[in-house]
Order: sequence, then C-alpha cells, then structure tokens
Amino acid sequence: MTASIIQLDVIIPNQTRYLDFIGSLGERLARELKHYHGDREALAYHLNLVLTEATANAIKHRVPGNLEDTVRVFILLEHNQLTIKVYDHGQGFDLESVPLPDFDHPKESGMGIFLIKTLMDSVTYKKQEHCNVLEIIKRL
Amino acid sequence: MKLHLKKLSAHTLITVLEERIDAHNSNELKSVLLQSIAQGNACIIVQLETVRFIDSSGLGALLSGYKNAAAQNGKLVLTNIQQQVLSMFELTRLNRVFEIYPDVNEALGSKPEGPP
Repeated sequence: MTASIIQLDVIIPNQTRYLDFIGSLGERLARELKHYHGDREALAYHLNLVLTEATANAIKHRVPGNLEDTVRVFILLEHNQLTIKVYDHGQGFDLESVPLPDFDHPKESGMGIFLIKTLMDSVTYKKQEHCNVLEIIKRL
Repeated sequence: MKLHLKKLSAHTLITVLEERIDAHNSNELKSVLLQSIAQGNACIIVQLETVRFIDSSGLGALLSGYKNAAAQNGKLVLTNIQQQVLSMFELTRLNRVFEIYPDVNEALGSKPEGPP
C-alpha cells in the first residue's frame, strides 16, 4: 500500500516525440512506491510501456489534419491502486472488437492493446461528449 | 534514430544506438531494415545492447524486417537484448519467431536460411 497520493494531469501536443516523456512518468511512479513488494524494475517498464502504448494509440486516433490537437494523460496513484486515463479527440474505436494477436502468424501491428490488457488489471474505453477516454487500472 | 551500419562478410550488422524504440522512431528503423534488404543485404544482425525499452511498434518494425528478409532468402536475427526488452518478446511470443543470440559473434555462427 502506498502512503501518499500522487496525481498528475498532463497535456501534451499530439506528437510521438512526447512518448518518452509520458512513459518516463510511469517509471518514476514505480520508483516512488514505498511499500511495493513486487519486481519494481518490471513494474517500471510495464508502466512506461502502458503509458507509451495508450498515448501512441490516442495520437494515432487523432482527428485527421488537426495538428493542433492535444492528448491529455491523467494519472492517479492512491492507496494501492494506479488509475491512468488517456483522452483523445478522435473517432474512437471498439475496445472489445480488438482481436487478440495471432501468435502463430504474428502481425506487425495490433499488439498495443493486448499488451495493456495483459499487464494491467482493468481496461475500458468510453466515448464521452467531447472526447474518448481509455481508462486503465493497476492494483499495486 | 541513431544507428550504426557495418558490413560483416555476408551479414549486415545494424547496431541500434538508442535507449528507446517506440512509435516515434520505429518507422525509421523499419525503413533502414527494408532499405538494406532491398539493396540485397538480407542477412541482418540487429544489435540491441543499448536499447532498454521497446514498445509494440518497435517489435513490429523488427518483425517487418524479419519477414522481408525471409522473403529474400535472408534472415534477420537479434543480439544483446536486455532482460526487460527480452520480456516483451516473450510476452508477445516473438521469441519463438526471432533467433536471439547473446552477442554478434554467436550470431555470425548462424547460417543464413535459403534453399538446401
């Protein structure tokens, strides 16, 4: 159980050059956990990866031609739970219809959502009035 | 993306000089791999010693190179993978696709695929 609350609300330009920045926040968070008994380095990688994949997904689903668009990433570390919300302004997609990768005939794309679902405890994608939100929960 | 390319007899050694392969630079890696294959250098060793992070797009770029090399009777193999990066290959079962060697010398001992 973590002893304190950390809340981050970050808005970045809709550009892949900021993936490193967002991903590194996940690594820092993993190192801030005071009472985490698992593999801290593995958790740091996984949070980096999930934030990177989720943000890249939002950038990919941006409104075509709108280079001024932004991605909002909200992170809340409270008690023994990490909540990540990534907001995009694109057309959205159906999370449940994203197929599992075919491991016998692997493809070059389509593994991002699989990785997020595999490494985290809960993943939902909801359309809101003015945006979509990918919500990811990890119990620590 | 910072890369170093070197010709080693029948192989092309591509050393990735980045700590991170993600959606920002994976297309560049893919382009370099496909360009090498298109130039007739389809036996490729990708050295990943400095890479401490790879995402799904990075795995996809390497897989693209692997498939295209195989289509030209070549082979793309990987060396010097850090443990956390290797875990991504294991999670996506791509460790069953790629030949992964501890270092370049071991990889040079592997034989390019082709007609028997």
